[in-house]
Amino acid sequence: MGPIQSDEVQAVLNRFAGREVYLHLETTNGAYAARDANTMAICAYIRNGRIRYHRGSICGTGPFRVGLKTDDGWVYAEGLTDWELDEQGRLLLAGHDADGRLAIALELSDTPFRV
Amino acid sequence: MERHVLVVFPHPDDETFASGGTIALHTRAGTPVTYLCGTLGEMGRNMGRPFFATRETLPLIRERELREACHHLGIRDLRLMGLRDKTVEFEDPEQLADRIFAVVQEVNPSLVITYYPGYAVHPDHNALGAATVRALQRLPKDERPVLHCVAFSPDCRQVLGEPDVVLDISPVSDVKWAAVRAHRSQSDVMFARMERDPVFRRQREQWVRTESFWTYPFADEVKP
Repeated sequence: MGPIQSDEVQAVLNRFAGREVYLHLETTNGAYAARDANTMAICAYIRNGRIRYHRGSICGTGPFRVGLKTDDGWVYAEGLTDWELDEQGRLLLAGHDADGRLAIALELSDTPFRV
Repeated sequence: MERHVLVVFPHPDDETFASGGTIALHTRAGTPVTYLCGTLGEMGRNMGRPFFATRETLPLIRERELREACHHLGIRDLRLMGLRDKTVEFEDPEQLADRIFAVVQEVNPSLVITYYPGYAVHPDHNALGAATVRALQRLPKDERPVLHCVAFSPDCRQVLGEPDVVLDISPVSDVKWAAVRAHRSQSDVMFARMERDPVFRRQREQWVRTESFWTYPFADEVKP
């Protein structure tokens, strides 16, 4: 996984468009965030959601935003910094903070993600 | 000396951070230790520093790190429960207790170590601690192993009082550090902060000197 090259990510987003794919979408500030009394622990994730989008775009100059336009709505992620097309052909996008901690992830795959 | 120690925690590295020194003292004394580890920490936020894991490789990396840490700590019986990070509290608590109970019956521990339900911050910690209590409650009190719980919520000392078991783990501090380092994806960020933050460094160095536990007061046992 390395810094996002938005034109390369765009090309992969185009390849996944128009068919049903598996989605992992996540954001988190860590399970221990609430130890700071001024912060709540926040996390949401969906693993192996199934979506079909007809338009997928990456925008910004870094950190990046991705929007996937489906027939019925949108999938959106902001704060993406790094990417990888892994050996299984899955698109992995993630946003890391200065300590390398994951804050957001958006991933697409033709096969279900391991649960 | 204990007959057999059973450790029950949800995430790879919990065993090291919460009770690595205690485990090492037991294994050095020749006591067998079984570790029932709930998940592979699949949803961890730390990815190494600089990061070397992805959301998809993290469970594989953490399992490798866990096996190395167990090697350092002298744990020869590691059992993975195959639960998923952040979801333990949504499982059927009776079924979780069934699985822990089966291991208790098999290894017949004299001491069990887990998180104190309600006082261990992470929902997975509290849920697996509660399942462990539930499992041990099924035993008649004269057959029940002692249960030592780890608590670190901000209110734990106010509500539970001071821990009744405080162990000097300095004889095995190097072992605990080695296990912490083995969990590299999770400890890199901590080591980096220790470099730049002396207060944090002193706090973490305390981790390898003492470990504290609260003996769980089962309702049918006389409280000390």
